[in-house]
Amino acid sequence: MNRRYLVQRVGFALLGLAALLVVVPILLVVGTIIARGAAAVNWEFLTAMPRDGMKAGGILPAIVGTLLLTLGTALAAIPVGVGGAIYLAEYARDTWLTRLIRLAIINLAGIPSVVYGLFGLGLFVLFLQFGTSILAGSLTLAIMTLPVIISTAEEALRAVPTEFRTVILSLGGTRWQAVRYVVLPQAMPGIITGVILGLLRAAGETAPILFTVAAFYLPRLPRSPFDPTMALPYHLYVISTQVPGMPEEIKYGTALVLLALVLSMNVVATLIRSYYRRRREW
Amino acid sequence: MRPKIRVDHLSFYYGDKQALFDISMEIRERQITALIGPSGCGKSTFLRCLNRMNDTIPGTRLEGRVLLDGQDVYAPGTDVVDLRRRVGMVFQRPNPFPQSIFDNVAFGPRVLGLCRGRDELEEVVERSLRDVRLWDEVKDNLKQDALSLSLGQQQRLCIARVIAVQPEVILMDEPCSALDPIVTLGIEELMKRLREQYTIVIVTHNMQQAARVSDWTGFFWLGRLVEMGPTGDVFTRPQQKLTEDYITGRAG
Repeated sequence: MNRRYLVQRVGFALLGLAALLVVVPILLVVGTIIARGAAAVNWEFLTAMPRDGMKAGGILPAIVGTLLLTLGTALAAIPVGVGGAIYLAEYARDTWLTRLIRLAIINLAGIPSVVYGLFGLGLFVLFLQFGTSILAGSLTLAIMTLPVIISTAEEALRAVPTEFRTVILSLGGTRWQAVRYVVLPQAMPGIITGVILGLLRAAGETAPILFTVAAFYLPRLPRSPFDPTMALPYHLYVISTQVPGMPEEIKYGTALVLLALVLSMNVVATLIRSYYRRRREW
Repeated sequence: MRPKIRVDHLSFYYGDKQALFDISMEIRERQITALIGPSGCGKSTFLRCLNRMNDTIPGTRLEGRVLLDGQDVYAPGTDVVDLRRRVGMVFQRPNPFPQSIFDNVAFGPRVLGLCRGRDELEEVVERSLRDVRLWDEVKDNLKQDALSLSLGQQQRLCIARVIAVQPEVILMDEPCSALDPIVTLGIEELMKRLREQYTIVIVTHNMQQAARVSDWTGFFWLGRLVEMGPTGDVFTRPQQKLTEDYITGRAG
C-alpha cells in the first residue's frame, strides 16, 4: 500500500482513539453509579424523610431542596440574564460602559464557585439578613449562572441576521418591535439552551450553597423562601465524607438521583434545540 | 408635475469618508426613477438617505435637505417611524421573515396598529398579495412558511409586505439582482403596474433594466450625480461624456 495512505490510516486511527477516550469516563461514571446505586432507588428513597442519622429512609428533602433552588435561580437569573443580553446585543453601543459590563461578565465566569459561596454568605445571609435560606442560596446561584446565560443568549441574538432588523425598521417598526416579534422568537432556542445549561450547573453545585442555604440534616420540607433546606449535591458530600458507616448504596443512590435530574434537564435542552433547528431555514 | 421628493445639496459622510457630494434631484410622483452607476458609486447610500435608514449606522453625517411633499425629513421632530411607513423599502435579497405568508404581509399593519380587527387585516393582506399578483398562487396556503416559496415569489411577498403599510414611495435597492431573468421580467412588469399608485425609486446596476422600466434615470459616479433626465434622453442623447462612456460600456 502507498505509504501516504498508511500514514493517513494510522493517523485517523489515533485521532479516533482520542475521540473514543472522551466517551470512556462518561460511560464509566454513569455505569458505576447505576450499577451501585440503582438498588437503593425505590419509591421510599424518593419520597420519604431520612431516618437513623440519614442511614435509612429517603432523600425527599434534598430532592425538593434542589428543585426549589433551581427554580429560585431561574426566577432570579433568567429575567436579568436575558434582559442584559438583549441590551448588549440589540441596543448597546461600544462605549466604556458596555466594555466594562463585558469585562465584568468574563470575570464573573472565571470566579471559583466557593468564592461565590463566601460572597453569598457575606451579602445575602449576613448583610441583607436573609439568613441561611433558599432565597440567599438561589440568589448566590443566580449570580454564578448569569455569565453563562448572558453570553449564550447574546450569542443567540447576534446569530439572527441583521437583515430582519433592517427590514422591520424600514417598515416603520421600532427596534423594540424588531426584538419582540422577530429577533427574540428566532433566538429563543439558543436562549433556552443557554438558560438550561446554566441552571444545570447551578443544580449540581455544592460550594455556593454550602454557606448560604444547605442544611446538614433537616428532615422536613421548607415552608418559605427564608427556610434553609437540604440539597442533593451537599447531601451527597455530607453522607460521603461526614457520616461514618454510611451504606454504599445510599451514597450511590443519591448520586444517581442527582445525575438523573441533571441529565434529564440536559436531554430537554437538546430536544428543544433540535426541534427549533429543524424549523429554521436561514 | 410636482416632485414627490426633492433633494437639495445632499452630502453624506461615513465618518471622515465622504460618500455623497452635493446631490440635488427631483423625484416625480407616480413615476419610476432609476439610479444607475458602478458599484460603490453611492447610489444605495443615496437611496437609504431618502427614508433615513442610514440613521442606524453609527458615525454617519448628512448635510443638505430631503423634502418629502415639501417637508424636510431631516428636520428636528420628524417622526422617523411615520416617514418609513410612507417611504417603504425593498431589499436586494428577498428577505421574508421566517413566519407564515400571512404573518409576513400582516407584519407592518400589526406593528403599526393600522388595522382594527382580524377582518380588516385579512382584507389588507389579500389586497396587498393581489397587488403583487401573488394571491392566486398562495391563497390556499397562507399559513405556509414564507421561506418555502421560490425566490421570485419571496421577493413579490416582500413587495406585498411593503405595500401593506400603504406607503407613498417605494425604494428598491437592486430588487432583482438575486433573481433569474424570467423572474426579473415579472418583477419589472409588477413595477410598471405599481407606478399607477406609487412613486418608485430603483437602484440597479443593470442598465437594460433601467432602460426598460424607468421614466427617469440618474447616473451616479464616485458619489456625484453626473446626469439626470428622462430615461430616453439619458440613454440616447447623454449630455455628459462620462454618462455616454458608462452606458456604452467604456467606463465602469
